[in-house]
Amino acid sequence: MTETDDYEHYEAVVVGCGPGGAAAAAALANNDVETLVLERGVDAGSKNVSGGLVYAEESSPYTIDDLFPDFREEATERPTTENYIHNVAGDQVASFDISSLHHHDSEWSDAVLRRKMDSWLAERVHEMTRETGGGLLTEVRVNGLLRENGEIVGVTTSELDPIKADLVVAADGVNSELARDAGLMDWEDPDEWFQGVKAVVEMDPEDINERFGIEEGEGHAHLFSGDLFDGVRGGGFLYTNEDSLSIGTVFHLDSLTEEEAEPHELLDNLLTHPLLAQWLGDDYEELEYSAKLVPDSKKAAHPSPHQDRLVLVGDAAGQMQAQGPIIKGMNHAVTAGALAAEAFVDAKARNDPHAAGDLYEQKLRDEGVMEKLRPRSYRTLGKLAEADPISKVTDAVADSAIGRAGVNLLGPGILERLFSSPRMMAVMPDTRTPYVTIPTIIAEELGERVDADNTVEPPELDDRIGDLTYDVGDPHIELVDNSFEASGTAVTACPVSAKDFGGGCYRDEHVKTNGSEEHLVSLDTQPCVECGTCAVVADTHWEHPDGGKGVEYKQG
Amino acid sequence: MRTVVLTKGVPDFREGQVSFDEDGHLERGKTPTVMNPNDKQALRAAFQTKVRHGGTVSLMSMGPPGYKEVLEEGMRDVYADDLYLFSDREMGAADTWATAMTIATGIEHLGEEPDLIVAGFKTADGETGHTGPQTNWCFDINENLADRPLITHVIAMDVDEEAGTVRAKRLVEGDVSEIETVEADLPAFVVTDGEFESSYRTASQRLTYKDLREETQARADDIDLEEDVTVWNHEDLNLDPDFIGLDGSPTIVSGVDPIPKAPSEREAQVVEPGDEEGMNDVLEAVTPYAGGD
Ligand SMILES: Cc1cc2nc3c(=O)[nH]c(=O)nc-3n(C[C@H](O)[C@H](O)[C@H](O)COP(=O)(O)OP(=O)(O)OC[C@H]3O[C@@H](n4cnc5c(N)ncnc54)[C@H](O)[C@@H]3O)c2cc1C
Ligand code: SF4
Repeated sequence: MTETDDYEHYEAVVVGCGPGGAAAAAALANNDVETLVLERGVDAGSKNVSGGLVYAEESSPYTIDDLFPDFREEATERPTTENYIHNVAGDQVASFDISSLHHHDSEWSDAVLRRKMDSWLAERVHEMTRETGGGLLTEVRVNGLLRENGEIVGVTTSELDPIKADLVVAADGVNSELARDAGLMDWEDPDEWFQGVKAVVEMDPEDINERFGIEEGEGHAHLFSGDLFDGVRGGGFLYTNEDSLSIGTVFHLDSLTEEEAEPHELLDNLLTHPLLAQWLGDDYEELEYSAKLVPDSKKAAHPSPHQDRLVLVGDAAGQMQAQGPIIKGMNHAVTAGALAAEAFVDAKARNDPHAAGDLYEQKLRDEGVMEKLRPRSYRTLGKLAEADPISKVTDAVADSAIGRAGVNLLGPGILERLFSSPRMMAVMPDTRTPYVTIPTIIAEELGERVDADNTVEPPELDDRIGDLTYDVGDPHIELVDNSFEASGTAVTACPVSAKDFGGGCYRDEHVKTNGSEEHLVSLDTQPCVECGTCAVVADTHWEHPDGGKGVEYKQG
Repeated sequence: MRTVVLTKGVPDFREGQVSFDEDGHLERGKTPTVMNPNDKQALRAAFQTKVRHGGTVSLMSMGPPGYKEVLEEGMRDVYADDLYLFSDREMGAADTWATAMTIATGIEHLGEEPDLIVAGFKTADGETGHTGPQTNWCFDINENLADRPLITHVIAMDVDEEAGTVRAKRLVEGDVSEIETVEADLPAFVVTDGEFESSYRTASQRLTYKDLREETQARADDIDLEEDVTVWNHEDLNLDPDFIGLDGSPTIVSGVDPIPKAPSEREAQVVEPGDEEGMNDVLEAVTPYAGGD
């Protein structure tokens, strides 16, 4: 550590210790780069949510177990040994085995819970970076970029004096305040995001084995689409952990807001569907409710994610790939983090450390990462299908006698293969057709009735919120425009608020002033789970709470 | 930097730990002994100095052999490099003056003059706040470590090793409380206030803090109280029994008033949870207050 102008200087500062930050830090430390990692949670993972399956892709230059050799033994739950997609129409269900899509290009994939995974990674990261003269600090929130003569030279934080660095890695996830500060990402368009909501359900390992017909060291991944989400574009998932299940939904944010759907109710639709009765039994015990935005790389992945000494990796750069129903964010964050580190090491070797950004961009392209995130085929085919008149026609055709005949003609075998095609999934347009219409028709035409009695009674929203108690500190979100017109969408879209709920963060109210009545929105940030939704759908001034404050997930 | 911190064991007055007999006298045997909470602030101040400037933090106490655990608690919860206990029968039942004399002599016996001595503001049981300042006074009487500036009610501080000074903020309570900033030459004697707050504003300080916390916890985990606490008796310190312990204490305790029980104006009635009618009465009685009135 050397001091310049009174501020401490580190060779590299990594902001955030999710998979992206952990990978960047480990790769930097492996190359003896003095690396400081700053994480705002009380513990790495305490802020993070994923489904989640971590993938190790064969085609990827870095996987998480390359960088952290004991990762699978120490930090994951169960490997996924079987994968299904269920097309649902009412209580009719057509299930396809999509293991081949799942296993395509994948060395392995394991279910994870983020608190356990990230805190394990963080311990390794601290050990590795401490050797370099840096280390990892929790409960420190980076709140901006430090600039000198207009150029980024480090970071500012809420808890510490400013810190200078030759490389700043923004691995601060979705709603990256650093990416926004640099003007590289904005939080304007709901079209570029998904919202994920999840419940972790306690279950004895023996029960899991019995109910899913598996053994220790085996796991299931189930995906759900069709008419069970009130027409909102997106789907559901269920993954088996060691002694719990992760059950959740991921929806296009624009669709969620258009339909004015309540995210927790859509999750409940899944939890209470007869198909899930066989797995959930009658002893439903929800451990945790959680939510977070997810960028859609097809639209949001920044083609040139760097500026001056700043590089963006992972969700901060929009590098989250939805391959049809399969969601790959963590693996890409790892790859990008390691490539950013590699770029810095190369740049340093050339005596030009500040060229790291350009080299990183080049590596993302050369290693095929950008092509996965923003596939050319989607840019032509998928985008075309999203054009409004076209999407309406395709939807109508699919739902017509011809479409239905097609489904029957193809039959389950070919459909299963189609669903299992990575190429098909990459070009899937973001319209109702693939998410809702086709799965519904498939279920209606080819499905079988499930008549099991699902007795699950999911907790009410206030109980779900009540279980997430924490000290949020000063309000971190301010309503800039509190008219219902500008910010009312948040009342339904916020996963811890609901119309006529009375609790939660967002409420709408009618206020009478001088004879006229105004429709307004009020905000209480106390129950906020920092999902980021209202940063996009409402007119707010949005920041994360300071270090150690706010929601603390135990599962994640 | 050599820093010495003074501490004492006190009854754990926290709810659920402390126990009084029928007459309102503290039952020492049934109440666990813990490190005086104000002394933890003193230790935090010393630890901050260690994090920022390095050196050694020695934690010291005078009391019965059981106080070794109090010293271990300080090592585990805050920080200590080494532990000292002044202990034997002759030292027993000392008032603040005799305690101060013993501790001052103990510090002189270290052989290395500490740059900083830190004590906490008054103990949770005695509440006198004398021992710290009197210890400093005893240095003058002994004339060994004389002329140390004394700074009390410290809420923030830092030393400047090059200049050989300590700067401190002290909370001066009065009709209007104010914060005064003072500077003194090292070596100095500091008494921390209950409001003391350590501060670590740079990443390297926080990283060192993390390292040292891990180290001290590991030391506390491995501790052998017989081996790892240096115990000195009055002979080791060359102290005349007439000047320490009960005999050396000018204070005469004329009596101890029991802590009066809070008068209870309400009569309690026990209702078993199984008693449906009784539970209904309870519900009826509390319902009017349900609105938060
Ligand atoms: C419901 C749901 C299901 C998902 N399912 C999957 C799945 O099955 N498979 C998959 O691969 N991906 C999945 N994802 C996506 C995946 O979680 C993300 O893509 C991935 O976590 C991105 O990693 P990251 O390192 O970029 O960011 P994150 O994991 O979000 O980590 C960012 C870190 O930065 C910290 N941070 C943020 N701001 C600051 C600041 N200002 N100062 C200091 N620290 C800060 C945060 O606390 C956090 O630890 C899912 C997401 C959701 C919400
Ligand atoms: S207030 Fe905003 S950030 Fe917080 S949970 Fe609701 S939508 Fe998410």
